Amino acid sequence: MELKTPLYDCHVALNGKIVPFAGYLLPVQYDTGVIAEHMAVRTKAGLFDVSHMGEVVFSGPDALKNVQHLMTNDFSNMVAGDVRYSPMCNEKGGVVDDLIVYCLKEPTDYLVVVNAANRHKDADWMRSHLIGDVTFKDISDEVAQVALQGPQSQAILSKLADERDIPTKYYSFCQTGKVAGVDCLISKTGYTGEDGFELYCAPDKAAELWNALLDAGKENGLIPCGLGARDTLRLEAGMPLYGHEMTDDITPKQTGLGMFVKMDKEDFIGKKAMEEMGAPTIKRVGLKILGRGIARENFPVYAGDKLIGHTTSGTHCPYLGGAYAMAIVEKEPAPLGATVQVEIRGKKVDAEVVKSQFYKKA
Amino acid sequence: MKNPTDLLYTKSHEWVKKLDDGTVKVGLTDYAQHELGDLVFINLPQEGDEVSVGETFGDVESVKAVSDVYSPVSGTVTAINEELLDHPELVNKEAYEAWFIQVGEISQEEELLSAEAYEELLAKEEA
Repeated sequence: MELKTPLYDCHVALNGKIVPFAGYLLPVQYDTGVIAEHMAVRTKAGLFDVSHMGEVVFSGPDALKNVQHLMTNDFSNMVAGDVRYSPMCNEKGGVVDDLIVYCLKEPTDYLVVVNAANRHKDADWMRSHLIGDVTFKDISDEVAQVALQGPQSQAILSKLADERDIPTKYYSFCQTGKVAGVDCLISKTGYTGEDGFELYCAPDKAAELWNALLDAGKENGLIPCGLGARDTLRLEAGMPLYGHEMTDDITPKQTGLGMFVKMDKEDFIGKKAMEEMGAPTIKRVGLKILGRGIARENFPVYAGDKLIGHTTSGTHCPYLGGAYAMAIVEKEPAPLGATVQVEIRGKKVDAEVVKSQFYKKA
Repeated sequence: MKNPTDLLYTKSHEWVKKLDDGTVKVGLTDYAQHELGDLVFINLPQEGDEVSVGETFGDVESVKAVSDVYSPVSGTVTAINEELLDHPELVNKEAYEAWFIQVGEISQEEELLSAEAYEELLAKEEA
């Protein structure tokens, strides 16, 4: 039985097309449709319900030690108000999940936001690998989250929040903000490749916050957006998604996330395996489909007759106006600029190897 | 009634327009385009290709998924709507104008539904 987020009734009232996703009933789109929602985020603003995301907290004298041990990035120089992205690996160096870490108070309090689909897996994994004096808690059910994304986000938020509470630096946050009178953690982060904010609040205040944002943003062109646009936006911006570009069998280094793996920090789970593996022989690339067709997930990629890998995600990117995919392929035969072939339902179609960040905001 | 009464319909949500010269035009119903969402790609057969009752003759892709389109008749493709290849969104805008293929030399046709019967089917699917 799927769960409802605190905003379920809002989605139904807005005529959202409800689908089950990661154990929750969420709108895949509203009447506007995926393309209009996608374009709103690129040109104006969009509002997403992301309350399905999981939140856990580490607290106590050894909280920092635990996030350092569990995750591959380095959090030692973080101070309260900083946000940092990181993969979390298993002993083989494969990715358990990717997540973002909020430093609430160094070195004793950290909030970690994980993928909805992995919430229980992650919580079990973290709990079974705790070290020293730390308290771990899954607070997902006590937190609602909405994402306000797009170039108008700042202008919209300014109508409802005190300027001092609005973070100005990308990947920073204000823990004790107020938006439309609702207590929020205001984070300048997102999953769309645009400027924007993610707002965390109490579940019973989520509808109030959602409606206030939609009202205030109306004249800026803000519209509600569903999971469909969330996926096309992240793909167009070349952002990886767990279960697609990342899996338990692929190391962060093999999927283009090497910069978030700090091999020179003290021991962390997966470090040894990655040391032994050495430099990766596969990599994540972007593919711009040159012929007709749309490459989806798990289509074979060839260099001539040689199978060199598979696509991990792919769609028609509405803003760029073409078909793009990400793929994990052998390094050698697929340098940037090379032409490879993607097999789209039996037909080999040319594709150019490009950087996976297809869209980059101006 | 949003489904025109001068058209016939299939259970798999295609519409069929019978023309005076014995050929038919085939498209996707308004219900189908709405369920699929924004279409971004359409694959059609070529003129002269054979199509068969109940078999796929093309596919449509929304941003999220691919769906097959089934032929309600057996026959030969006499024309395709090339405009759709560059403008798949026309199906979302005007489902009953945006025909996919025209078929002639028809040897077989499946049991087609009237607009009324099709709407009864939709009512059942939505229930």
